[in-house]
Amino acid sequence: MGLKRQILNLISHEAKLSPKMIATMLGQEENNIIRAIQQMENDKVILGYNTVINWDKMEGNGVTATIEVKVTPQREVGFNGVAERICRFPEVRSVHLMSGSYDLSVVVEGSNLKEIANFVSHKLSTLDEVQSTVTHFVLKTYKVDNFVFEDAREDERLVISP
Amino acid sequence: MSSMDRYISNVVKSVPPSGIRKFFDLASQMQGVISLGVGEPDFVTPWHIREACFHALEHGYTMYTSNHGLIELREEIAIYQKRKIGVCYSPEDEILITIGVSEAVDLAMRALVEPGDEVLVPEPSFVCYAPGAMLAHGKAVPVQTFNRDQYRLKPEELEKCITPRSKVLVLAYPSNPTGAIMHEEDLTALLDIIIKNDLIVITDEIYSELTYNGSHVSIASLPGMRDRTVLLNGFSKAYAMTGWRVGYACGHSDIIDAMKKIHQYSIMCASIMGQKAALEALRNGEQEMRKMVESYNYRRRIILAGFDDIGMNCFEPKGAFYCFPSIRCTGMSSEEFCEKLLEEEKVAVVPGNAFGACGEGFVRCCYAANVNHIEEAVSRMGSFLNRHRKY
Ligand SMILES: Cc1ncc(COP(=O)(O)O)c(C=O)c1O
Repeated sequence: MGLKRQILNLISHEAKLSPKMIATMLGQEENNIIRAIQQMENDKVILGYNTVINWDKMEGNGVTATIEVKVTPQREVGFNGVAERICRFPEVRSVHLMSGSYDLSVVVEGSNLKEIANFVSHKLSTLDEVQSTVTHFVLKTYKVDNFVFEDAREDERLVISP
Repeated sequence: MSSMDRYISNVVKSVPPSGIRKFFDLASQMQGVISLGVGEPDFVTPWHIREACFHALEHGYTMYTSNHGLIELREEIAIYQKRKIGVCYSPEDEILITIGVSEAVDLAMRALVEPGDEVLVPEPSFVCYAPGAMLAHGKAVPVQTFNRDQYRLKPEELEKCITPRSKVLVLAYPSNPTGAIMHEEDLTALLDIIIKNDLIVITDEIYSELTYNGSHVSIASLPGMRDRTVLLNGFSKAYAMTGWRVGYACGHSDIIDAMKKIHQYSIMCASIMGQKAALEALRNGEQEMRKMVESYNYRRRIILAGFDDIGMNCFEPKGAFYCFPSIRCTGMSSEEFCEKLLEEEKVAVVPGNAFGACGEGFVRCCYAANVNHIEEAVSRMGSFLNRHRKY
């Protein structure tokens, strides 16, 4: 496996690993790691570093919805034109083109239900290419990006064993 | 209460108490201990394997299996060993499923050892071989291995311990507690002595998958060794299945048959749910297992780099999930070091002499632990060394 892929495998689970630590884990020079990461940042292989947050543990958390969007693809730009337009809305967290019974899967965050309802009825549905939308609100989160939300159990192994 | 001691058999009395018992009691009473003293994976058994067990239960697999174990499992083990070490074993009569390698060691000793026979055990070693030999009325003969040889067994040291009563040689590489491995040439160097003295080899290869930067070589694959070798392996370490208690023995049908004779009366068979889970591990477990091994390898490098930083001398272990640093610079005995470290820094590691006299001056640290805990433990060991370093 190439060095870049090895690094990505590590930091995709833990963005906070320092280049020094990654170098130790992979048996590499720290400079090689710094250079590879910089390159991947420049090449936009690495777009940024997010934090996985359990908002349920904070007060006054917002709402998330997944919206299934059917669209009419356009000449020349196909699905890209409309997808790019949808991406520009700041309340949109992610957009994917899907196979199957609808076209775009749009994840939206808002501070309450009404805000998302407004976004769908005023901003999304009114785009010319959008034929229909189906909005699903998230009720509870169990796992995101490999992190399970339920608190992990403590290490229950015997303290000392042969 | 009157003592019942006089009723206990002399053989059992002759087996010394476990070297880690006292230390275990000490460590388990204490709160907030960071432990590098465990001897098992820190992963839970991969989900697909657990799921295969639920499936088996759901479908009513709750009965005995044949004494040998499920034939599908034995077939899968035959394929696995052929692929990994290039040795063919017949699933019908050359493979026996046991309650972990632990049972297999006991069976092999009882099947092979006559009263007074000598069992050569390279030390430092895992704790069950010498007692296993003694309980089979044999005599355990420690063979020394040294830090300077990266704890590989050297022919000179083996030769020194050979007597007319030598019958069995135990090999257990990758090693618990040192993390040592034996390369092909290291094993080849032993063949003359083994064959000349007509020794049988019990090879405990439970850590075979945990070999870093290279692949495991089994002595069973070397010329003339297949029938002289009882190969033991299991699922505890590679597949994070310590609690399932499934292992196996492969070897010549006469030896496997003798082991089965004991097994059928004392154990009957390994639990069918465990065997079903083991089957799933062999059929579909390679990918998850590789991920776990990779993760041990990361942590192996982290702990070694940490020891290097704090000036703790440790040879590079190439297998299992242990390292075996020297504590000689403190002038303390291994036990003293471990007790003080526990008291002063709340870090638990295992005294090297628990694994044989030549482990004195060393401690076993297991890196199958949370990375943050490893770093914290190493840093605390660093402060400890700063206070207590003599040389
Ligand atoms: C070298 C060695 N052999 C055997 C065992 C026991 O294995 P099992 O769980 O298969 O009985 C262990 C466990 O720590 C071990 O380290």
